[in-house]
Amino acid sequence: MRKTFAGISLCLAALLCATGAHAVDLTGAGATFPYPIYAKWADAYKTQTGVGLNYQSIGSGGGIKQIKAGTVDFGASDMPLTSQELDQDGLFQFPAIIGGVVPVVNVEGVSPGQLKLTGVVLADIYLGKIKTWNDPALTALNPDVKLPATAITVVRRADGSGTTFLFTDYLSMVSTDWKSRVGTGTSVSWPSGVGGKGNEGVAAYVQRIKGAVGYVEYAYAQKNKMAHASMKNQAGQWVSPGQEGFAAAAANARWDKAPGFYELLTDQPGAKSWPITGASFILLHRAAADPAKTLAVLTFFDWAFKNGKPMAVELDYVPLPENVTKLIASAWRAQIKTQNGQAIWK
Amino acid sequence: MQRLHRLRFFCQVVRFHLPAQSGVHLSPPLTTHVLTVPQEESPQVHYSARLARQDAVFHRLSQLFALLVLGMLTAIVVSLAIGAAPAFHKFGLGFITSTEWNPVSEQFGGFVPIFGTLVTSAVALLLAIPLSFGVALFLTELCPVSMRTPLGIMVELLAAVPSIIYGMWGLFVLAPFFADHVQPVLQSTFGNVPGMSALFAGPPMGIGILTAGIILAFMVLPFIAAVMRDVFQIVPSILKESAYAMGCTTWEVVWHVVLPYTKAGVVGGIMLGLGRALGETMAVTFVIGNSYDLSLSLFSPGNSIASSLANEFAEAHSDLHASALIALGLLLFVITLSVLAVAKLLLLRVARREGTRT
Repeated sequence: MRKTFAGISLCLAALLCATGAHAVDLTGAGATFPYPIYAKWADAYKTQTGVGLNYQSIGSGGGIKQIKAGTVDFGASDMPLTSQELDQDGLFQFPAIIGGVVPVVNVEGVSPGQLKLTGVVLADIYLGKIKTWNDPALTALNPDVKLPATAITVVRRADGSGTTFLFTDYLSMVSTDWKSRVGTGTSVSWPSGVGGKGNEGVAAYVQRIKGAVGYVEYAYAQKNKMAHASMKNQAGQWVSPGQEGFAAAAANARWDKAPGFYELLTDQPGAKSWPITGASFILLHRAAADPAKTLAVLTFFDWAFKNGKPMAVELDYVPLPENVTKLIASAWRAQIKTQNGQAIWK
Repeated sequence: MQRLHRLRFFCQVVRFHLPAQSGVHLSPPLTTHVLTVPQEESPQVHYSARLARQDAVFHRLSQLFALLVLGMLTAIVVSLAIGAAPAFHKFGLGFITSTEWNPVSEQFGGFVPIFGTLVTSAVALLLAIPLSFGVALFLTELCPVSMRTPLGIMVELLAAVPSIIYGMWGLFVLAPFFADHVQPVLQSTFGNVPGMSALFAGPPMGIGILTAGIILAFMVLPFIAAVMRDVFQIVPSILKESAYAMGCTTWEVVWHVVLPYTKAGVVGGIMLGLGRALGETMAVTFVIGNSYDLSLSLFSPGNSIASSLANEFAEAHSDLHASALIALGLLLFVITLSVLAVAKLLLLRVARREGTRT
């Protein structure tokens, strides 16, 4: 009895010692929108510095909740918080990456980029007004595509999502019907449709259900080789999603004028702008409870801004331009402090 | 007072454990022993004393565990009730009948998830009960003895598959198969039958309440089959053989002899399966479609309580939204408890009737 007890306590002690050996790991949670790029950056950062980053893509709503509760080192959200909301909880927000949301379809005979949609038609599909693929509204936009008589299955998000926020923000801008009936938000009362969990869930459903239409972040559409649609932007041009379209929309952003970096990039002017572009934001506490962890988070993002550009471009995200990252660094210096008021970022 | 009782217990144990040869006199009045500590230092007394202590410790420890379980259950119910209070305060009992679920305007009604939970469990049981009955019947009556053990193990292995694997299999394998082959057939067969057409309306997506119900049926089948097989096995063979001797067929023996004898066990097994079906989360959330639209069609997407909790709880950052979800959890708890209570009452009534019959 005494021997087994000694043996067990020895093993436990060994385990505890072993876990304390490696470097501090950062934890973050939130949007599924930037998950592919954060994962890639984290992987490269770990290879270079040995500091790991554990990012859980639980949805923007979840990210906001977790950072408010203080259970993670940083939160990620595609829906920017307003200055009032930031002040209320003592949070600081900055953009990390820019990407686009694309509508994806699973229709027989339609290849990527072939289907043309306008914002109003997309809103009508999601409102349930357009029910089949060979509806006159769709055939008028796509005279050279043979659209079948299959019923349209609308796929949207089941969980709270910044991707949903960007999508519904765009639909509210272009369709008054959508704005009055549904509105904008991370979680809305959808008129119809099937809910998938995360961008991954929506992609899975669209791939498996014939005649489905959904909206996912562009990296997911690329990775899963899904058929995306091209859209008509504010300038009246038909654009396809990609680096060019997102960068053109992002060029309109006035980050220096935005308090708390609150900027929405949906439905931007510009001949090449993709209409459903958005930035993904990182949330931190202004008064850092653990200065070492906060400094580690800021170091990671500084590294990502400097070295992560090629990786972002590879995944068809738009990295932030140099002037914006300089603005962000000065905001870190000015606003993120320890409990005593000392600036953390030098 | 307690020390008195402990001493009395101790002395009684000592009295009963002392071997006869030691020559110790056992005086009848116990009270004289109460105030005197046993003077003998013999090893038998030490041993018996240790046994008595061990017994008392074991008694208290098992009592503690039982109370711990009860305490945890009470704590869960209390915390659910406290969490759900704001939602019930705002919506009242209308929360149970309202179908609107709008996080933007903060209007929550739990009817769609409750309906989805009950319907998927009903579909699951409708499919699982005959199948498990068949499996149990085959394993006990008709199967060659050499195959009994391997087949039984295979059925029990179904219970060992993690529920998320069921969900993934359902989404990746079953749903496309359903969408292409099963649902169109069902639609064309029942589409023209009045009354049944509403059950099979809508585009054949593959996912939906029917698929969720079928996956749940596969998940509860091993539980019900295992219990049914066990109770079928304990039927006294004299009953079965007497029936066979009178010329009954296997079916008649099972229906008229085995089933009435094992009624309580069968109902218990079904309730076990139902309990699992009501609470199953991951398998259902993959294939049910997570939609808050109420529809009678089995092909339509729906929602179940566990599935909506899994999807929305992490990000419900408004207090009312979180409270509405906890209220749904409390309702699921109530549904499960009432189902178990009904089963128990049913069994009691059956037992009482059987008692009066003889």
